[in-house]
Amino acid sequence: MLPRPTTHSKALGPGVAGPELAVATSAVLDRPPQPGAHLPLSGAAPCAVDPASLHDPRQHTKYPMVTGTSVMAIKYKDGVMLGCDMLAAYGSTKRYKTTQRMYRVNSKCVVAAGGEISDFQHICTLLDELTTDDFRTDDGIELTPQEVYAYLCRVLYNRRNKFDPLWNSLVVGGVAPDGSFLGMVGMIGTHYTDNHVTTGFANQLARPLFRERQKDDMSEEEALQLMYDALKVCYYRDKQSINKFQIAKVTHAAGVSISEPFALDVRWDYKKFAEPTKWAVGAW
Amino acid sequence: MAALGPSYQLGNPITKVHTDAASGEKQHATWSPYDDNGGTVVAVAGEDYCIVAGSTRLSTGFSILTRDASMMLQLTDKVVVASAGMQADRKALHKLLQARNVMYQHNHGRPMSVSAAAQLLSNTLYYKRFFPFYTFNLVAGLDEQGRGAVYNYDAIGSYERSGYFSAGSGKGLVQPVLDNQLKAASPLLLPPRSTITALPLDQAIDLVKDVFVSAGERDIYTGDRVEILIITKEGIRRDELQLKLD
Repeated sequence: MLPRPTTHSKALGPGVAGPELAVATSAVLDRPPQPGAHLPLSGAAPCAVDPASLHDPRQHTKYPMVTGTSVMAIKYKDGVMLGCDMLAAYGSTKRYKTTQRMYRVNSKCVVAAGGEISDFQHICTLLDELTTDDFRTDDGIELTPQEVYAYLCRVLYNRRNKFDPLWNSLVVGGVAPDGSFLGMVGMIGTHYTDNHVTTGFANQLARPLFRERQKDDMSEEEALQLMYDALKVCYYRDKQSINKFQIAKVTHAAGVSISEPFALDVRWDYKKFAEPTKWAVGAW
Repeated sequence: MAALGPSYQLGNPITKVHTDAASGEKQHATWSPYDDNGGTVVAVAGEDYCIVAGSTRLSTGFSILTRDASMMLQLTDKVVVASAGMQADRKALHKLLQARNVMYQHNHGRPMSVSAAAQLLSNTLYYKRFFPFYTFNLVAGLDEQGRGAVYNYDAIGSYERSGYFSAGSGKGLVQPVLDNQLKAASPLLLPPRSTITALPLDQAIDLVKDVFVSAGERDIYTGDRVEILIITKEGIRRDELQLKLD
């Protein structure tokens, strides 16, 4: 049967007849805007980095502002020892001369940092949250240095994956039932453990001293002397350091102790500092 | 060479970005999420064994970080993954693979075969196609027939099975020596010839050790020690070779 012809009369209302019916529409193009179209349906946070943030130093770290220099650490008979100076430099200005670059996590673990100080303060906040959780659990169990180290490795690596690094080189030192622990984590997630670790300039200056003289069973006096020599050579040769240091000791017996600031005997009146080329071959 | 100075940080050379002055953008320092931590890995497959070895030196720039870092992951007693390149990515990748390995064992009730592990690694690497793991991998083990298997990869997961391969900073020094000694047939022949070596196990181990000693002489990033894993049907045996510390 043929369909009954319908009346397309304008009297019936708008949209029934007339030229407006000739407009081509597209179901795809005329959808309402969907601002979350690039986001996962599950509602999870996307893994993508917003490209606009990559160019904006206010959103993603591009360079450090206030920085600390090297950290050095060794194992010895009773535990571990960490040392660093107390300077936070603002570019080449020695701006803050009483910054403690070490942080006591719990009675078994210390974290020390070189690099951007504000990022280190953020890391201290994160570690404080972990320690507070331990306290609230109230079972006498504290995070071991290995756990703190593993946690910091993940934090730094994941920030690097988001192109927004925490601009630090961290040293984690502590004691655990199975022995002492020393680890280093860098800003892109490079990490390692060893009997002596250093960051920054101390890699070049202090690490050779440690390789030569550090032994796992060295006494506290020997370890202190080695640490003083390392701090001294870093102070002589690193322009961004000051003669004001702290040493942190973590031992099985006595837990964590961070020393009062101290200075080392240094001389600047060596003849060769004053006239470096006087005895050199070919100098005049 | 890592730039030294106030912003010197471990393993992260600051590079100056010189953008087009005409576009008016300021010069600024930027950082790279990648770093090459050095090291060489080698794998050689035999009729009933597979040898995989990796140096243990971890470096950044011109500094040695530690002389005692492993580059290999033992998945099962027949499969080992060895990775050269960036240590942070290597550790993250190995963590992922181990998690997937444990899941596989739970789901299938048996350990992963070397071909399954090879495919898994390829897929894992390709997942990060647009922000790759900076790792140059080798998967080594015994296949289902008990013959040695070596798979080599690029950074984004392209892989093939071969009789022997090397990766890492000393690859350029090692690979030609292996090609010469293991008498590889031309890859242009049809049907393709297998390059699994007919050398007995002890001679193959000696070859691997020699090759590392030679690489250690000229590659500054290879040295300290070599960790060698020998995979046979009895299981995995460890051997070590001391190298020069310079």
